[in-house]
Amino acid sequence: MNKIVICGATSAIAVEVAREYASRGATLYLVARDGERLSTLASDLKARGASGVHTEVLDLALNEHHQALLARIKDILGAIDALLIAYGVLPDQQRCEEDVEATMQLLQVNTLSVISLLTLFGNEFAKQERGTIAVISSVAADRGRKSNYVYCTSKAALDVFLQGLRNRLFSNGVHVLTIKPGFVDTPMTAHLKKGLLFAEAAEVGRGIVKAIDRKKDVVYLPWFWIIIMAIVRNIPERLFKRMSI
Amino acid sequence: MKGESWGRYPKVSQQVRMLEKRQQNPFRSKEELYLPYGQGRSYGDCCLNDGGVLIGTRWLDSFIEFDRDQGVLRCEAGVTLAQVLELVLPAGWFLPVTPGTKFVSVGGALANDVHGKNHHGSGTFGCFVRRFELLRSTGERLICSDRENAALFSATIGGLGLTGLITWVEFSLKRAPGPWIEMESVRFGNLEEFFGLSQESDKEFEYTVAWLDCVSAGANFGRGIFMRGRHVPSEAHPKRSLLGRLSPKVPIDLPSLTLNPLTVRAFNELYYRKQRQRLVKKLVHYDPFFYPLDAVSGWNRIYGSRGFLQFQCVVPSSGNSRPIAQILSTVVENGDASFLAVLKEFGDISSPGMLSFPRRGVTLCLDIPFRGTRTLNLFARLDEMTRDFGGAIYPAKDATMSAESFQQYFPRWKEVAALKDPRCSSSLWRRVTGLTQS
Repeated sequence: MNKIVICGATSAIAVEVAREYASRGATLYLVARDGERLSTLASDLKARGASGVHTEVLDLALNEHHQALLARIKDILGAIDALLIAYGVLPDQQRCEEDVEATMQLLQVNTLSVISLLTLFGNEFAKQERGTIAVISSVAADRGRKSNYVYCTSKAALDVFLQGLRNRLFSNGVHVLTIKPGFVDTPMTAHLKKGLLFAEAAEVGRGIVKAIDRKKDVVYLPWFWIIIMAIVRNIPERLFKRMSI
Repeated sequence: MKGESWGRYPKVSQQVRMLEKRQQNPFRSKEELYLPYGQGRSYGDCCLNDGGVLIGTRWLDSFIEFDRDQGVLRCEAGVTLAQVLELVLPAGWFLPVTPGTKFVSVGGALANDVHGKNHHGSGTFGCFVRRFELLRSTGERLICSDRENAALFSATIGGLGLTGLITWVEFSLKRAPGPWIEMESVRFGNLEEFFGLSQESDKEFEYTVAWLDCVSAGANFGRGIFMRGRHVPSEAHPKRSLLGRLSPKVPIDLPSLTLNPLTVRAFNELYYRKQRQRLVKKLVHYDPFFYPLDAVSGWNRIYGSRGFLQFQCVVPSSGNSRPIAQILSTVVENGDASFLAVLKEFGDISSPGMLSFPRRGVTLCLDIPFRGTRTLNLFARLDEMTRDFGGAIYPAKDATMSAESFQQYFPRWKEVAALKDPRCSSSLWRRVTGLTQS
């Protein structure tokens, strides 16, 4: 496992995953929008022992960028051992309710552009006949609720797409991992009040690397979310529609 | 938003704004007063800014450059000492100086010019800082070292975050063969014995510190356990302690009565009796040696929501136990038992920091549960005694010293005031300079 591609590399969780691989001496290809943070991350990874760090400033929300990106990555890395797609936005639910455009834009970022990447890279991994495709979804994908169902939808669609992709690529020897973090203390959740359920990004990052090593299909991080979400999923809709959670 | 420091006293109202990258300029307004804030592990009010804004540096946690041959690390200010150790120890390096917790940021270690068990041979953290970048509220970014912007360099080391925002720090490390420490604990019966042990041990051991029983009066007054250690290579892998492996948390505030004179007395008695022989030698991991309290995360909650005050002073010693004996007996007589008391002799390596606390003498550190006026009166008395002995109190742990005392303890404070960033301030600074604004 030494050639790693990360899309959305400056997200707090992705940074921790990159750091784990860097300390193992991996070569990384990092894509993100913010050039300053990307170069900060690159020097951090080199200090930790990465063999090589390549960075590219790119807006991944635009599907038309994807084909050329894949070509550049293949040029530089050759084969890819693991791809992590880590970007995503937590939208303002109320704004999405009032403005269709905001909802469509969110779905483009969180869902459609990711499906575009997965289709292109999926075909590439099928040809390679090895490697891991890992995508950060969310526990929110397990059930739509009034406080953030647009976000839930954007991640739930990915979950189903990944199920199909996993099923398809299994015969090619390609591993597909769906990652479902709960609340993580990152800039994305800075505005939320921190409770006992909040996890550190570093803990989640280590969990992701472990799940990739062990070739898991779906992983909840931290582990206790598997129990919480099993309960949430099994509340009858008749009751659930009356609840405020 | 409500705020408190590690000691949980005093309580203030302040905003927290997190920085997402070091290129960002957080000084947005000309009205607000700002204070850089790392992990909030200082005890009193030096990391509080009542009515103002804290600039959170926790996400500035990237390394920038690590020279594995020379042992020089450059990292962002929000990186913690724990993160530094994880990176550098496998490469054969260790922190040049470390305080009693590894959960402080590098920026905080610099701004408080922290010291550790090796002060007698190494000095403070500031002695190992080569350079750093300081972002002033004007937007100007200055590289500070002993050659470049030298006055700001000295004002910022130990400068309590008042000279601007430290964005990154470059400091040198020390060689260490691995994580193991050869440790000796020696029981002592009184303060004279402590000074004898200290004189003898400081020559031969990198690290020395003593735990002091500060409950017992009479024949047991001033007894304790002296701990000394050094890094050693070891192929053996001693077991980590149960506490270290479990890493328990204090999930809720315990009732303020948990630490009462009875439980503290029992703890002190047990701690002293735990060691049966006069001298015990063992091989220990660096974690329990340097950071025993880090094993219980959120240990400050043991004191309940009222919190506690920490008192740390240094007084001139030269083998004279009288000042420490007087301070200690004031505490014992007041019945305000301290759960943990620590005693150590400082060396005379001076720091570049203008407001640096350590200086030749002996330092005593006590935790005392906050019980209102009675505690404040005791602290006023301790402050007065420290002043009379010609000592000083450590700002990183203080919530009560008077402006008059501060200005006597830190005669260079006016130089710092002149170099201070006009938009930076803290609750402590306003208290000890007797100013209400900036």
